[in-house]
Amino acid sequence: MSTTTSLASALTVSESPARIALGRFLRHRSAMFGLALSLLFVIVALAAPLISPHSPIVTDWSAIRLAPSWTHPMGTDEIGRDELARVIFGARATLLAGVVSVLIAAAIGVPAGVVAGFARGWIDAVLSRIVDAMLAIPFLILAIALAAFLGPNLRNAMIAIGVTTAPIFMRVARGTTMDVMTHDYIEAARAVGNPPWRVAVQHVLPNTFPPLLVQATLSIATSIIAEASLSFLGLGEQPPTPAWGSMLNAAQQFMTQAPWLAIFPGMAIFLTVLGFNLMGDGLRDALDPRRL
Amino acid sequence: MHGFLGSRLAQIIPTLLLVSVIVFGLQSLMPGDPAMVIAGESAGDTAVVAQIRHQLMLDKPVPVQYLHWLDNILHGNLGYSWRLQEPVLQLVEQKLPVTAQLSVMAFFFAVVIGVPMGVISAVKRNSAWDWLANAVGLFGLSIPTFWLGIVLILLVSVQLGWLPPSGYVPLTRNWVQSLATTIMPAFVLGNAIAAILMRHTRSAMLVALSQDYVRTARAKGLREYVVIVRHALRNALIPVVTLGGLQLGALLSGAVLTEQVFSVPGFGKMVVDAVYNRDYPVIQGVVLVTALLYVLLNLITDLLYLAINPRLRGA
Repeated sequence: MSTTTSLASALTVSESPARIALGRFLRHRSAMFGLALSLLFVIVALAAPLISPHSPIVTDWSAIRLAPSWTHPMGTDEIGRDELARVIFGARATLLAGVVSVLIAAAIGVPAGVVAGFARGWIDAVLSRIVDAMLAIPFLILAIALAAFLGPNLRNAMIAIGVTTAPIFMRVARGTTMDVMTHDYIEAARAVGNPPWRVAVQHVLPNTFPPLLVQATLSIATSIIAEASLSFLGLGEQPPTPAWGSMLNAAQQFMTQAPWLAIFPGMAIFLTVLGFNLMGDGLRDALDPRRL
Repeated sequence: MHGFLGSRLAQIIPTLLLVSVIVFGLQSLMPGDPAMVIAGESAGDTAVVAQIRHQLMLDKPVPVQYLHWLDNILHGNLGYSWRLQEPVLQLVEQKLPVTAQLSVMAFFFAVVIGVPMGVISAVKRNSAWDWLANAVGLFGLSIPTFWLGIVLILLVSVQLGWLPPSGYVPLTRNWVQSLATTIMPAFVLGNAIAAILMRHTRSAMLVALSQDYVRTARAKGLREYVVIVRHALRNALIPVVTLGGLQLGALLSGAVLTEQVFSVPGFGKMVVDAVYNRDYPVIQGVVLVTALLYVLLNLITDLLYLAINPRLRGA
C-alpha cells in the first residue's frame, strides 16, 4: 500500500519544485490574507492621487483637529489637513522605504555572502568578521546613527536601513551557498571546466533564491517598522510630505484633544507589517526544503 | 570551559575593533566640515574653524585621527557632548541604570508572557489555544513598539487614568512610584520580545515533546503537568535561553523608541535628544557602548548556556 502511494505521489509530483512551492503558497490561507493585505497597501500607494479624497498637504484653518466624519473619515490634523489623505499618501514613503531598503540590503549582502560561501578562506573570514561587527550594534541604533550622520531625509533613511539590514542577507546567502556547494551538480559544473565566476553566477546564485526570497519578504516588514521608527524620530521623510511615523510623532502632542490622529497611521503601519509577516511565514512554509 | 572562554574572547576582540572602525567612520558620513558644524555661528571665522580643526585633529590624516580616537576610548574618554559640554561617559553612566531597570522589567514581561504561551501552544497544538497564541505572537511582531506605547497611554493614562503617561522616578527614591512609571514602557518593550520567545519556545517544546524521554515519563504514569514542566520544558528552555540572549539587542533598540514615547530619561532618550541636537559625539558614544554591552551580554548568555547544558561543559 505504502509503495503504491509513494509511487503514485512520485508520478503526480512530476512538476518542478518551484511549481509545488507556488501551489503550496497559494493554498496557505494566512499567506493569501497577507498577500491581499500587502497588495491592498501597494495599490493604495500607487493610486494615491486617484483615490485620495483631499490633498495631503493643503491646510484648512477652519478645519483644525476635526473628529472623524463623513467629509473627513479619519478626521483632520493640527493644521486642518485631511488625515485619510495623509494616511493614503503616507503609504508611498513607507512602502518605498520597505522595498528600496531591502533591495539595497540584498545588493550588498547577497554578492558578499555568495563570495564568502564560495571562496571560503580569508575572504570568508574577513567578510564574516565585518558582519559580526555590524550585527554587534543593535539594528535600530545603527540605523539611527547612520541616518543621523547622513542627514534627515527619506533617501538617507533608506540607505541607513538597507546598510543595516545587509549583514542578515550576507549570512543567509553565505549559509545557503555553502549548502548548495555540497551538491553534485556544482561538482559537475566545475568538472566540465566552467570558470569559478560562472559556477557562482549561473549555478550557485539561482539556488540561493528560495531562502533569500523568504528573508526579503520578512525584511520588508522589519524595514517598514524601521522606516516608521526613523520618521517618528524625525529622520525620515520631511514635512509637509506625509509619512506614518512622523504623523504619529506629531499626534503625540494632541493625545487628549485629537486621539484619532494617533490611531490611524499606527493602524496602517500595523496592517502593512502584518501583511508582509504573514506572507513571509507562508513563503517559508511553502519553500521549506524539508517539505519539498 | 577555559578553552571556550578563550576562543570566545579571541572572537570578541577583532569584532570590537571593527565596531570601533564603524563608529569612527560614522563621522566621515557627515555632510560638510565637522569643524564648521561645531563652530556654529562662528563658522565664518576661519581662525576659529582652524583652531577647532587642530583641537579635534581634523588636520591630521584619517588613520592618525582614528588611532588618537581609539587611544582616548581605551582610556575611558568617549569625547564631549557638543551641546551639554559634559563627558559622554558621564552621561552614559547617568542614563544607563534607568534603561537597565526598564530592560530587566521588559525581559521579565517577555518571559512571563512568551514562555507559557509557547508551552500552551505546543501542548495544545492545532487547537484554538495554539491559534490564539500564534495570533498574539504575530500581533507582537507586527505592531510598532512606539504605536503600542501611544495606544496604551491613550487607554490606560488618558481614558482610565490608572498610570502616569510619562516620566520616571528612580527605584531608590520611591519604588512604588518607580514601578508605576516604568510598568507600561516595560510591557511595551517586552511585548515584541515575548512574541519571539513564544515562537522559539513553541518550536523547542514541539521537538522536546516528541522525544523518547517524554514518552518514557508518560509511560511511567507521571502526571501530564510533571511531564510537560519537569521533563519537556526543562530541556526546551536550553535553546530558548540562548535565543533570549540574542534578543538583548532588540531590547536596547526598542528602548530608544519606548523611552521617547514615555519620556523616560534613559539611554534611548539620550540618543534621540542627541539626534535632535546633532550632538554627534554622544551618538558615537552610545553606539559604541551599546555594541560593547551587547557583546558582553551575549558572552554572559553563552556562559549561562554552558552552565545549564552539561553536555557542553567538557568543551
